[in-house]
Amino acid sequence: MTQFAPETAISPAPVLRRRRTKLLPYILSLPALLICIGILVPFVSAVYYSLLRYRLNLPAMKGFVWFDNYKNLIYDVEFWNTVRVSLLYTGLSVGIEVLLGLLIAILLQKPGRLNNMMSILLLLPLMTAPALAALMWKLMTNPNFGILSYLLQLMGVADFKWASAPSSALFTVILVDVWVYTPFIMILLLAGLRSLPKQPFEAAALDGVPRHFVFFRITLPMLLPYLMTAALFRLLDAIQQFDIVYSMTQGGPGNTLLVFQVRSYLEFYQYTNVAKSSALLVILWAITYTLSNIFVKQHLKLRERARGQA
Amino acid sequence: MEHISRLERAIRGILLTLIMVFFLFPIFWIFLMSFQTNEDILRIPPSLLFSPTLSNYQALITGKLVSAAGTLDIAFMGNLWNSVLLSTVSVAVALVLGVPAAYAFARFKFPLSEDIAFTLLSFRFAPPLLVLLPLSLYYQQIGLTDTYVGLIWVYQLIALPLILWIVRGYFEDISPDIESAYRIAGHSWWRTFTRIAVPLAGPGIAAAGLLAFIFCWNNFVFALVLASADKQPVTVGSLAFVTASGIQYGQIAAAIVLSITPTLAIALYAQRYLVEGLSLGAVKG
Repeated sequence: MTQFAPETAISPAPVLRRRRTKLLPYILSLPALLICIGILVPFVSAVYYSLLRYRLNLPAMKGFVWFDNYKNLIYDVEFWNTVRVSLLYTGLSVGIEVLLGLLIAILLQKPGRLNNMMSILLLLPLMTAPALAALMWKLMTNPNFGILSYLLQLMGVADFKWASAPSSALFTVILVDVWVYTPFIMILLLAGLRSLPKQPFEAAALDGVPRHFVFFRITLPMLLPYLMTAALFRLLDAIQQFDIVYSMTQGGPGNTLLVFQVRSYLEFYQYTNVAKSSALLVILWAITYTLSNIFVKQHLKLRERARGQA
Repeated sequence: MEHISRLERAIRGILLTLIMVFFLFPIFWIFLMSFQTNEDILRIPPSLLFSPTLSNYQALITGKLVSAAGTLDIAFMGNLWNSVLLSTVSVAVALVLGVPAAYAFARFKFPLSEDIAFTLLSFRFAPPLLVLLPLSLYYQQIGLTDTYVGLIWVYQLIALPLILWIVRGYFEDISPDIESAYRIAGHSWWRTFTRIAVPLAGPGIAAAGLLAFIFCWNNFVFALVLASADKQPVTVGSLAFVTASGIQYGQIAAAIVLSITPTLAIALYAQRYLVEGLSLGAVKG
């Protein structure tokens, strides 16, 4: 990051110029600033709402209650169900995506026409809108004509209910998540793998070091920053999952898929409980904020490194 | 690497085939479905042999679905138009606002610059509903609910941070010496920006714009909260269509194909730049 110093330019009216160049960066970033403020207003409102008794259908009851909403949530079994489902969804989907993404990246590591073409084609699920991806899988898992239901039946699993049974609903939405987002991990790790320095691997090959040893002692440690960035990126998105779950089942069957954002959406629109919905979202925000702080540090380290290579 | 045995090559081949099938089959299958009549779709066992029909697309484009049960109105073309309008205008606005700001963040160190850049980046990771739900209450008061202006304004939440962070990286890659030389030759700041910096960062700006377009197009929750039927993009519209039409599977498949084609086409066209953009500049493709 080198600093461009416009002040050094020859200028006929130095004083005027100076003041203008001092203001310039602010003028240029003003829109970004305004957007910041525009977002901070509803954000602060949400925090404020979470301290109120506030239901849209009972406006007369509106009043300040401090942390009652949060206290109620702690004693609410449904809240802990939401925490459990969200964590399960996040852990399982990101875990599978990292392992599968790493496997694919290693398989496609060697640059070549076929490998490059496959890595490009694998981007397609990632470019599909998650809400639409859920609809695609809904069509494929339809009990009457869905191709996947049919194939399972051929394999002897009759009557698998996919997203409409509580026992398999989580599996089904995670499957869609894995389908959409594994390519994201894959493409980042592939770029990482291909940018690793060659010398350690050549030295290891010369010394006849076993391949699994090379992988666990050289490849993996060197790939770790990429792995961390990719995984944190996905963790942050997965804990906030909305599109796939809402589009697939709207949180059902029953309460099986009521992840944080789906739950607060329903609290807001079905039960018009603005306060409870806001409290849920503030808790979710606290989680993502902590995660994103770790992420930003990791991200900047990697970004500096990528810039250094350029 | 010359010691790869035949067994290992076979395992590699099988694994890659399975992977490609898993990731590409859904798109292929929905594509086929979109050319089938409902009778073909419902036939068991499913068959790859059918006489393709354009009737599903015809129904979507004319907006009228004539069936034995009567005529059903389909607003899908409206949704498609909304998606085009919302995504294009949002990205255009974000480019006009974001590119100069990205330049400011890349070239000048000024108080709070890093804080603003970070705050914007952290919005990328905040729960969207946290902002959207209170915003929907405000929008009702100031009359922005269900307007294109209101939607394009919140779409900046998606497009602006993305453009700011990607384009900033491209500006930082340009040596400031080139710009200094041009300025010392007596050119104004603005001329330097438009004649030197923007053209040099051109490919990066284009890539950021395309990626922002994809993210806007694929967004679901913003319009779900803030738009009613006649302003909804394809993501929300398709879901409403499924609920409304129920069993018109061929049309649903055709609607999905039309909805995902633009983003898939852009991805194939611009894949070279996607890696860097997707990681917000952390990884070079």
